Amino acid sequence: MKKLLIKSGRVIDPSRDYDQEADLLLSGAKIEAVEKGLKAPAGTETIDAAGLIVAPGLIDMHVHLRDPGFEYKEDIFSGARAAAAGGFTAVAAMANTKPVADDLSVIGYVKERADRAAVRIYPCGALTKGLEGQELAELGRMQMGGAVAFSDDGRPVASASLMRNALQYAKGIDALIILHEEDPSLSAGGMMHEGVVSSLLGLRGTTAAAEEIMLARDLLLLQYIGGRLHVAHLSTAGSVEMVRRAKAAGLNVTAEVTPHHLLLTDRAVKNLNYSTNTKVNPPLRSELDRQALWEGLLDGTIDAIASDHAPHHSDDKDVEYDFAPFGIAGLETTLSLMLNELNANRIKNLTLPLLLEKLTTAPARILRVNGGTLRPGSPADLTLIDLKQKVSVNPDAWYSKASNTPFTGYRLTGAAAYTIVGGEIVMKRGVVTEKEPLLHG
Amino acid sequence: MQALRRKDILGLEEISAEEITLILETTRSMREIMLRKIKKVPTLRGRAILNLFYEPSTRTKASFELAQKYMSADSVSVAGASSSLVKGETLKDTVRNVEVMGVECVIMRHPVSGSAHYLARNINASVINAGDGMHEHPTQGLLDLFTILDKKGRLEGLKVVIVGDVRHSRVARSNIWGLKKMGAYVALAGPPTLMPPDLEAFGVRAYDRVEEAVENADVVMALRLQKERQDSGLFPSLREYAELYGLTEQRVAGAKEDLLIMHPGPINRGVEISSGLADSPRSAVLDQVTGGVAVRMALLYLLLGGIKEE
Repeated sequence: MKKLLIKSGRVIDPSRDYDQEADLLLSGAKIEAVEKGLKAPAGTETIDAAGLIVAPGLIDMHVHLRDPGFEYKEDIFSGARAAAAGGFTAVAAMANTKPVADDLSVIGYVKERADRAAVRIYPCGALTKGLEGQELAELGRMQMGGAVAFSDDGRPVASASLMRNALQYAKGIDALIILHEEDPSLSAGGMMHEGVVSSLLGLRGTTAAAEEIMLARDLLLLQYIGGRLHVAHLSTAGSVEMVRRAKAAGLNVTAEVTPHHLLLTDRAVKNLNYSTNTKVNPPLRSELDRQALWEGLLDGTIDAIASDHAPHHSDDKDVEYDFAPFGIAGLETTLSLMLNELNANRIKNLTLPLLLEKLTTAPARILRVNGGTLRPGSPADLTLIDLKQKVSVNPDAWYSKASNTPFTGYRLTGAAAYTIVGGEIVMKRGVVTEKEPLLHG
Repeated sequence: MQALRRKDILGLEEISAEEITLILETTRSMREIMLRKIKKVPTLRGRAILNLFYEPSTRTKASFELAQKYMSADSVSVAGASSSLVKGETLKDTVRNVEVMGVECVIMRHPVSGSAHYLARNINASVINAGDGMHEHPTQGLLDLFTILDKKGRLEGLKVVIVGDVRHSRVARSNIWGLKKMGAYVALAGPPTLMPPDLEAFGVRAYDRVEEAVENADVVMALRLQKERQDSGLFPSLREYAELYGLTEQRVAGAKEDLLIMHPGPINRGVEISSGLADSPRSAVLDQVTGGVAVRMALLYLLLGGIKEE
């Protein structure tokens, strides 16, 4: 069996509070051993990881791959290459494709293509047919076909009664529901966060309450019914506080946050002069919200960091603000943005193991997928990180088809050096190496 | 005369008090031209201008077109409905096509906030914002400043009250920036549903009651109320709005004797302002329109750096 030795890295495994210099031996698609001074047979392929961090493969639990239906924005292969370039060994793909992934056949299509992609792709199924919020989709059949969670992401579930039924039904098959919390009557026409900046710019605002009202409703339903809820892209201080209290009360709820909500505020819309790359849903919020998100991340209220990678073609984004679609492409910036914060020492109590936990062990635990750990016997999915590498955000050089990011030109310190999936190196120093020529299409 | 050292006029937020002063001084000279029997100077002969209106407009469009004619510029006007927008062409493509025909300045009105900024980023020609969504309407703001200055002899220290739908008003935003830069004190009044959230951004104070806001005011400006705001539940009826917030003699009784009454038009008589007040000697509504042409002549002159006249 093919072996790969990773020598002398600082091995951080958040799944068991492991943080020390050690060697790792991969055997085939599995991790064989993690210890100091490992001996491998002569001729074993070796990566000298001295000066690098060796972590479980990063898992981005919230991405949009646009495939099928919007392949001009992104497809499963380009999205997977972007993930590999960004240090991710696995991603969970949302269901708002065309056709919507609300049926076993679409889940099957995604999985079939995923088998030939650079990283692991876990499909999420739609919660309701056509994301229309009217009838439940066939959650059980999709689950049997490999869907790891169910979500109408991009659209909220407007009807409380349908949400109640969804929770109750999902509980019966022990399925995870991922929620995009937004009261559509409050957010209608909203282009950005409602506040000082929306007033200055004359853009219609979406209040923080639009998110919080729906979250409050769903936490009440969760308390009543039980089940498993994961809240996507938390964006407000009020939401953080509600999730904090729900967890304290013992509810089975988890939450994620995006790098752009942690790093930017509504000011960016003004500073970037109405750039549509700042148009995202939920919107970039106020400074108080941003600080509360960091607090929530550090105190464990927020479990995971996810990119909400939402690629769009420049033809779609290069228009007047109101006409542009929502979304920021984040697969190739997420890790570097977070490492840069760590290096900048801006956030008290932010540590590398904590950051990695949010990007590896936590998403694996929430999605109940293999990975997020370096225990011997686990899949050989690893990310090697160079904390000192300088990168400049340049979407023209991305593997993603998209370039919609408000971070263009940012100079960051810290990046993925190697991405290893199932024992194969899929990215080395920024270059994605595919195992075999892919048959696209 | 000097020229403005900028490519575009996108909003008054980004224009300095010095620049505003220059524009207002130039406007005064331009009004002289308008008072002549033959209202035509060769200043912009051979210069090409595009008026691009994605929203209906009578006053602003006519005002820009006349300003261009009085200055001898060559201009074309394209309305949103008759343009290729309906065929699905993007704004960027539309304007780039016109630009290669030799247009040096684009005047644009557009329903989306920020679209003037977007346009300015994408073409070499000068852009004058003729109203972008709920954001700014700088030429209206300037003509209002000009009217007040003309009638009152100063802007500094005046109390100006803006009444009505400030939330959706680009006119209000431009006026707030312009007035504050020139040292005036600005107060707002209207139902809270029609006030922008987080007003402190503008450094102005809002009052729930018009009577309170207009106390000792030098100028009161009513904003046009759109019927669609009622449909979206922001106020119950035009009748109730008129009764609670409409400007009448009685309601502005606490203001200064020489109160100046303004309205950007078009007026809903009997709703935001009574006919009695709109047509009273204290009303400057028509002077605003005259000043509008002169302000636009001044801007074209200053932006296109017209050849010295005399």
